[in-house]
Amino acid sequence: MEIETPLTEKKIKKLKAGDRIYLSGYIYTARDQAHQKLFNLLSNNKELPIDLKDAVIYYTGPAPSKPGQVIGACGPTTSYRMDKFTPILLKNGLKGMIGKGPRSKEVKKSIVENKAIYFAATGGAAALLSKTIIDSKIIAYPELKTEAIRLLKVSKFPLVVINDSYGNDLYESGQNKYNELRQSDEL
Amino acid sequence: MRKIDKEIITKEIAEAVQTANFSISEDLLAKFNQALKDEKSILGKDVLKDLIKNAKTAESEKIPICQDTGIVVIFAEIGEEVFIEGDLLEAINFGIKIGYNEGFLRKSVVKDPFDRENTGDNTPAVIYTERVPGNKLNFKVLIKGAGSENMSKINMFNPTATKEEIIKFIIDTVKNAGANACPPYILGIGIGGTFEKAALLSKKALVSDKKKNNHVKEFEQRILKEVNKTGIGPAGLGGTVTALDIKVLTYPCHIASLPVAVNINCHASRHISITI
Repeated sequence: MEIETPLTEKKIKKLKAGDRIYLSGYIYTARDQAHQKLFNLLSNNKELPIDLKDAVIYYTGPAPSKPGQVIGACGPTTSYRMDKFTPILLKNGLKGMIGKGPRSKEVKKSIVENKAIYFAATGGAAALLSKTIIDSKIIAYPELKTEAIRLLKVSKFPLVVINDSYGNDLYESGQNKYNELRQSDEL
Repeated sequence: MRKIDKEIITKEIAEAVQTANFSISEDLLAKFNQALKDEKSILGKDVLKDLIKNAKTAESEKIPICQDTGIVVIFAEIGEEVFIEGDLLEAINFGIKIGYNEGFLRKSVVKDPFDRENTGDNTPAVIYTERVPGNKLNFKVLIKGAGSENMSKINMFNPTATKEEIIKFIIDTVKNAGANACPPYILGIGIGGTFEKAALLSKKALVSDKKKNNHVKEFEQRILKEVNKTGIGPAGLGGTVTALDIKVLTYPCHIASLPVAVNINCHASRHISITI
């Protein structure tokens, strides 16, 4: 399925955990340090350097671009480190997140409450993913270098829906399906 | 004595860190292909296909396999008949600086765990040196990402602990890593020694080509089978291939101890061995 940004509630409602989708349009990059900064601003009721309405944030710190290259290798980083900063971003309009790995209970709850969505990009497929990024510019916190906030233009960026707006979780359902240790399992 | 100039070391390391970041080994590619045959989940198969495509793109276009181009860990074996002109650690770190700049690799090392200011050149590496017989220098260069490193664990077992208890700890460690550390995994497992020796063995296991006895090999196979029952699968989307390989190293230990360390490596197992 192909979808385009901005990621409105109408588009999100059509998506279910386990769907493979191809995203086109504009997404922000932000990871640990940028999240800390955005979180501090929102906690103090200050204005953000980016517009969160119907926006998508990609958790990544790209490798430097070679001359003539749009961006270097650019795969997802592990999402749980952003968990404590996420609910407040969702409350302020953020709709989509791209990363890898499961989210906290609080984030999952906030995803449902705010009709948002969490996608995974394939971790460690950074060379391949960089090929779907057609433009990149730093728009905030250049001093953070790889952790700066970038605005990326992507074309058919490949994703899988992990947490949909209905409370489904592909990591749970997918792993349970193939788990052969269930009897002795404390999960 | 054989003299080795420090500039040669710098040059070799500068090349090695780039090669390791741009290309995976034939052996690992073969494991991806085998996993693609074995995996039962369709989404899991898609992930493995992406990884194979990614490896090809990275190698042909010299783009890093993963944007986390790691902290560099080096096991240096220095022949007893080798005399190095200049400081070995300085020569290695200078090579990393050159390699990470030339290769447009991400600089992911900070000066201080609290201040967290980036060193700007991905140095210093974590370097272990060992004296061995002979007149050669061998470097095992490992590019270690943080996603998998952060999920690694150590446990001090009672000496009477059973293999089943050890396997349970390994399984729990893998389940805790879940989708976070980029499965399918390669697990380095250090058993024995002391607290820090077990951890060191678990890291060294990821790059070691040491011959193992049947006893250890059997244990590795048993662990692999159990890990693949967790259902985590490629990228954690659910599936039958959660680990590609298990590598165990052991060492003698105290009558009262049985340390076990599990160092998780992601599927992008990037390491290279160079001999000078």
